[in-house]
Amino acid sequence: MTTAGVVFALLFYLAALVFAGGLTARIVVYARTPVPLKIPTTPAPTTARGVVFRMAREVLLFESLFKANLWTWAFGILFHFGLVLVIVRHLRYFTDPVWFWVAAAQPFGIYGGMAMVLGLAGLWARRILVQRIRYISTPSDHLMLVLLLGIGLSGLAMQYGAHPDVIAVKRFFLGWLRFSLQPMPESALLYLHLSLIAVLMIIFPFSKLLHAPGVFFSPSRNQVDNPREKRHLSSWAAVMDTERPHG
Amino acid sequence: MAETVVAPAYRVIPIIPELKPGSMGQVRSFVANEKIQTALGFPGQVVDDWHEKALAKMAELLGKYRSLKVYMDACVHCGACSDKCHYFIGTQDPKNMPVARQDLLRSVYRRYFTLAGKYFPWLVGARDLTRDVLDEWYTYFNQCSECRRCSVFCPYGIDTAEVTMAAREILDSVGYGQKYTNEIIGKVHSIGNNLGLPAPALIDTLQGLEEDVKEDTGVDVRFPIDVKGAEVLLITPSADFFAEPHIDSLIGYAKVFHAAGISWTLSSMSSEAGNFGMFIGNYDQLRKIAMRIREAALELGVKRIVVGECGHAWRVAYSFWNTLTGIGNGADDPFALQLQRQLDQRYRQPTHICELTWDLIERNALRFNKEANDPYVVTFHDSCNVARGSRMGDFAGGQFEIPRNIIRAVANHFVEMADHTTREKTFCCGGGGGLLTDDLIDLRVKGALPRMEALQEVVDLHGVNFMATICAICKAQFSKVLPYYKFDRRLVGGVHQLVSNAIILGETH
Ligand code: HEM
Ligand code: HEM
Ligand code: SF4
Ligand code: SF4
Repeated sequence: MTTAGVVFALLFYLAALVFAGGLTARIVVYARTPVPLKIPTTPAPTTARGVVFRMAREVLLFESLFKANLWTWAFGILFHFGLVLVIVRHLRYFTDPVWFWVAAAQPFGIYGGMAMVLGLAGLWARRILVQRIRYISTPSDHLMLVLLLGIGLSGLAMQYGAHPDVIAVKRFFLGWLRFSLQPMPESALLYLHLSLIAVLMIIFPFSKLLHAPGVFFSPSRNQVDNPREKRHLSSWAAVMDTERPHG
Repeated sequence: MAETVVAPAYRVIPIIPELKPGSMGQVRSFVANEKIQTALGFPGQVVDDWHEKALAKMAELLGKYRSLKVYMDACVHCGACSDKCHYFIGTQDPKNMPVARQDLLRSVYRRYFTLAGKYFPWLVGARDLTRDVLDEWYTYFNQCSECRRCSVFCPYGIDTAEVTMAAREILDSVGYGQKYTNEIIGKVHSIGNNLGLPAPALIDTLQGLEEDVKEDTGVDVRFPIDVKGAEVLLITPSADFFAEPHIDSLIGYAKVFHAAGISWTLSSMSSEAGNFGMFIGNYDQLRKIAMRIREAALELGVKRIVVGECGHAWRVAYSFWNTLTGIGNGADDPFALQLQRQLDQRYRQPTHICELTWDLIERNALRFNKEANDPYVVTFHDSCNVARGSRMGDFAGGQFEIPRNIIRAVANHFVEMADHTTREKTFCCGGGGGLLTDDLIDLRVKGALPRMEALQEVVDLHGVNFMATICAICKAQFSKVLPYYKFDRRLVGGVHQLVSNAIILGETH
């Protein structure tokens, strides 16, 4: 048993707990907060099916961002789709046998890492070079990009430079999933990679990364445009009707 | 003040302007006095414990409005919205960028309501709520017309209008209200309309109009008021009763009702479509003002409710009335059913006057002499609240097509302005959201810049000499600012003004 193995196992239990617990708590708050009025940004879909399509276009294609700014859209798409590919590819460390579609995605996955880093670099350049975006940036905006770049670059460095013992990494995480401590192979890059990932998971529920769950709860995007056809009433607004309706 | 205000130069290439920090920091709308504030139940002046009160109000709103809660958290500072606001484009003040405007509130939200802001304020741009911050809120949340253009482009639909409404609600709750809006709300409650036009004056005006139209057309077009049992109750902005060019559209509605043989009435008790309660984000005011219309409808026993040309009023009517007062369809609770049983459910409730007119045109129930509008080359300015906060007809985007269809049906020459300035991407006139006041004329002139640029283009290219619109605020704002851009103030008018010009009234001699 290595010290690194114990440290990372505990760190990841903590990170997973904060991530899952924090995110769930946040989603519960969003879901429980009432929406008193109909405020979809129109033109908006007039049916629930239409809303599903609208949300899908927002989440999968970043439709609104596309209308707003092509550069940001392009870098944003590169980064997020790269990220998805990377994560799919990483599932091989957590599944045994590796799921069919995860195995099938491995060859494309390689490019995911590069796309992700390229996208992040572009977004960061924008944040530094464009006066307006620089003005609205806080230190945390820069650090978030640094963090993700750190994860991406350390990952790429492992892949193209110092491969760690990935079989051992897999053994560690399969064990971790079943609460069984396994040794962690020695690799400074891997330790960096994993530490940054733990940081990312821990800050996720307390940062702007809440845009990921947030987008699904945005009333201007997820409401059906049918206020005349169906009376929309939230909890606290409904109470008023039972009081004497005199102004 | 007005003399020193000059229009900004058109941008040679319409690129994103350079930042001029603080350039609008001194432009502050007049603060409401004690009398105005207390009439609405707000504190008369800034209370001693404003700090606690403001934070308590913020906590309350975060719990009541999911929009605010999610929008405070979700922004990633991507900047997609940053160049989309007409006030930013016209003033170059970075705090007029939608995301920066939100951040005025968000920085305080982070400080007091998030873990990161409590322990690492410098990291996440969190700020203490100081008196300077409160003053800054007042300044810049009264430089947002709640037009929602930014929300079209935000990848999460973050709507700065919602943030502005919340901020104004907080400011009102600590006694820091805006004079213009709150004074007008007071007038609706005490007199029945935004302009403070008492019933006898209104009745007088309507009689005068009947005589004018008779003289003009030889036809007895009626302008009925308080007629029990009429089919339609018309709710229209009070500016329609006497402001120019609004009144010409009122004449247009009356002619349409006349030609179609629809019995209609106005209500002296409820002679206002506008609802400034929305502008200050105060649900109670929003509801109280809307409730007057419900009462008028019940009292007069009408079957349909039709709304005149007014942007924010149509958003409130279309999107909120059913929720607030049960004016609509599809309710299953006794409160709303009381009214919905009375209304004729074969019609959309409420109906926009453009929907009514277009339905009649489609059924060939109206005839026009289009040549009457031949002196005009017409373009159409989409009003923000209609474009981005409501709908007309049965399909998404009907709010764009129906007014245009009407224009094409009554006029021969119609051209569009540039794509990125129309439909859901339309630019605000610069005077919406409770900013249509002389103390903000500097902001209003600058905020009109993007629309004026687009207008200039079609004036040069096609000789446009009539910009039609369906909003009382747009009409008033343009009448005022057009001259600053060297246009004739009469270049703006209503869609039903064009209808009025061309409609053929049955029994003309
Ligand atoms: C439902 C899933 C998600 C959606 C729809 C989404 C969408 C977006 C969009 C549209 C942007 C703005 C454009 C851009 O800067 O790229 C953005 C920014 C960002 N997203 Fe996501 N995202 C999602 C999940 C995630 C996740 C899981 C992460 C991190 C692990 C993440 C990290 C970021 C970061 C750091 C930015 C800011 C980039 C900058 O500084 O410019 N996103 N996201
Ligand atoms: C606990 C979870 C993770 C583990 C165990 C892990 C481990 C690894 C390992 C061992 C490699 C090297 C692969 C090789 O040498 O062939 C790698 C690569 C990489 N990792 Fe991770 N990683 C994890 C999570 C993440 C996350 C969340 C991200 C993104 C935010 C990420 C981004 C990358 C990238 C971009 C590469 C290089 C490209 C690739 O191999 O796909 N990793 N990771
Ligand atoms: S709502 Fe309109 S005025 Fe307000 S910030 Fe957004 S674009 Fe500007
Ligand atoms: S577009 Fe939306 S997420 Fe991006 S900076 Fe503006 S408000 Fe924030």
